[in-house]
Amino acid sequence: MMGGNALRIRGMAIVCVAGLLAACGSSTSSDNGTNTASAPGITATTITIGSTQPLTGRAAPGYSEISAASSAYFQVLNAHGGIFGRTITYTYYDDGYNPTNTASLTRKLILEDKVFALFSALGTPTHQAVVDYINTQKVPDLFVSSGCNCWNDVANHPYTFGWQPDYTIEGKILGQYIQQSLGGKKVGYFFQNDEFGLDGVKGLDAQLGASSVPDANRQYYVPTNTNVKPQIAALQASGAQVVVSFSIPAFTALAMLAAAGAGYHPIWVVSNVGSDITTLTGLLKSFSKGAAGGQLLAGMVTDTYLPLPGDSSNPWISLFKKIHDDHIASLPWDGNVLYGMAQAYTLAQALKAAGRNPTRASLVKSLETNQLSGGPGLAPLGFSSTNHLGFLGVQLVTIAADGTETTTGPVNTSSDSGPISPYSGSASRPPANGIP
Amino acid sequence: MVSPTLSRHLLIALGAAVVLLLLSAQIGAYADYNLTAVAIFAVAAAGLTLLTGLNGQLSLGHGALMAVGAYTASLLLKDHRQFPVIVVLLIAVLSTGLIGIVFGYAAARLRGPYLAGATLTLAVALPQVATRYKSIFGGDTGLTVPPSAPPDWLGADFPAERWLAWIAFAAALMTMLLLANLLRTAPGRAFKAVRDNEAAAALAGIDVARTQVLAFVISAACAGLAGALFAYWSGITSPAGFSLSLSLQLITAIVIGGLGSLAGAVWGSVVLVYLPWLTSGMASTLKLPSSVADNLPLAIYGGILVIAMLVAPHGIQGALQRILAIGRARWGHSPGGGQKGVVDWDDPAPGT
Repeated sequence: MMGGNALRIRGMAIVCVAGLLAACGSSTSSDNGTNTASAPGITATTITIGSTQPLTGRAAPGYSEISAASSAYFQVLNAHGGIFGRTITYTYYDDGYNPTNTASLTRKLILEDKVFALFSALGTPTHQAVVDYINTQKVPDLFVSSGCNCWNDVANHPYTFGWQPDYTIEGKILGQYIQQSLGGKKVGYFFQNDEFGLDGVKGLDAQLGASSVPDANRQYYVPTNTNVKPQIAALQASGAQVVVSFSIPAFTALAMLAAAGAGYHPIWVVSNVGSDITTLTGLLKSFSKGAAGGQLLAGMVTDTYLPLPGDSSNPWISLFKKIHDDHIASLPWDGNVLYGMAQAYTLAQALKAAGRNPTRASLVKSLETNQLSGGPGLAPLGFSSTNHLGFLGVQLVTIAADGTETTTGPVNTSSDSGPISPYSGSASRPPANGIP
Repeated sequence: MVSPTLSRHLLIALGAAVVLLLLSAQIGAYADYNLTAVAIFAVAAAGLTLLTGLNGQLSLGHGALMAVGAYTASLLLKDHRQFPVIVVLLIAVLSTGLIGIVFGYAAARLRGPYLAGATLTLAVALPQVATRYKSIFGGDTGLTVPPSAPPDWLGADFPAERWLAWIAFAAALMTMLLLANLLRTAPGRAFKAVRDNEAAAALAGIDVARTQVLAFVISAACAGLAGALFAYWSGITSPAGFSLSLSLQLITAIVIGGLGSLAGAVWGSVVLVYLPWLTSGMASTLKLPSSVADNLPLAIYGGILVIAMLVAPHGIQGALQRILAIGRARWGHSPGGGQKGVVDWDDPAPGT
């Protein structure tokens, strides 16, 4: 409910400034056409996009930063003249991570707010509630904030695009790391019992062989039950020396605390969404009332497709950190903020690639045909007419005892079913002003 | 021969249908979508009014009964996406009615807080079934429901939201018509007799337990109908959509609207749908830090409900009747035809 009005006012101010600049003849665009209201949500001066986000409720911690981070990036983008002179108006609503709310609010965005496209709608169960509807309305559904493989369904959902690598790809790559670096050790799984965890396990099994991990070593949780001690005790009893965890941050922290409490110290291999260091350190401290903290993360292995928030040598990190400090300094600087800004950058790329006066269909066509650079991503974006997934690979990260993160190995790229192969390309550099 | 009561109710229903059709054609698709929600809540709230307001059985589990209707519809549509809406709705009514028999028998043996506790358990436990039997009910993610496409004769541009609104209006008016007439019959009067004094009702020859079970079954069937419509409306049936708060919202609706009156159920549903919309608008115009602004709509909503109950303890319908009565007293109007379509809490039953 916030965001819309505030941004609209700011947007208008920026339009005025942009108009003055244009009058001075400072336009640098090579495309000298005129702006027309080419689609719903696109006027001569604005592009309206919308989103549903968990700003309250059990998924809000951490994830509620994402939309604020995207907004901050759009403010910078708008201050630099936006996309072809159009400013971006970003309207996002709180669905409380409840699919029924998502269903209602998505209709509000499409029918009443008349957004050009949806952007970064967060959550697997919440977005599954509306993906059919969005596609019957032929509204571009860009960069769903979830690694569910289900967004990559070109035949049934031609307007929907994911962004982050899917959980199966992550599972395969983490599985390969275990084979190569932790070979011979007993492996156990700890996972969320839904598409997220099950897709991850699918990838792990594809790599490790389903029979190598017996049922006793496969323990799952449901997000409504925070007692994970039985599962951790079962893993301990099974003798698992490596625990692969497909869990949201709260449950990564709960599992680690339960293990530490039982004197069980496996090597933790945690998938990307549940491994943000800043978020985990805070959760470990708060759940243990200060008794434990970041030291439990020593030795953890995880994966990432974006540079590490702490890597100040990375030009993307310096760029986004500056936007963070200038606009949303009250939020922590962490992986969630980085995620929101990186997604916003991809949206800016996509809107620019779609040309001066895009339609909803031409935006989709453009995403499928113009290869976007991947921005801050360590792997390339793989959008095509047959792939709506996004990043095709991840990099492995290990956490040292002092909390420093080291990336190991090259970035691996792979499609869902294909082999894992090293990625030899180099990461792109940000444009000088951060605007594609 | 149509009885005068039935023909009067029919006339009111027809009039309401005409008004709703005209209204829905004038407003945008999103407004139609919200109006559909009012109709859906009105169906469930009318059923709850019969049970709680008129038969005196408190249910905190009607959200779960809505879930039964919604899951029935979603399971039917999972494999047969083209099932006609009317068939889906009828099967949902039947299946929830059957569940209603089971719980009705249990409820007839329980009183006051014990009944509230038992139905509360229903509200808390039933959604967990979906999580436990994930392969059938889709777990936390739930089951998606295909939209009900408007028939071809309405034209290609006819909004799906308006079509669903029409279906929901029809269902709501039908429910109101049936309930309003039922309340004018012997079983209808028995409901109130049991509510007011079980011993007296038994002495008068009313089978108290049977009356209570009947009320529970009818009420559950209404909840099932509302749940099936809800599934079409939201496009998703998942445990989160049928949490305890939905049951509490339904109770809120019938209390705010005016306990024991079918018109009150409608008023309550209007409040339920449009008040959050109003409060979130209020919250967004104030520039507040996000941690406050995100939670403010709920706080305002709660505040308004508290004030409403202080100002109008007999709900909206009670307040309206009081205003009408004051008006009549002041202007000396004759009572005329009574309160149209309203089944009042203290409505004296006409002679048999």
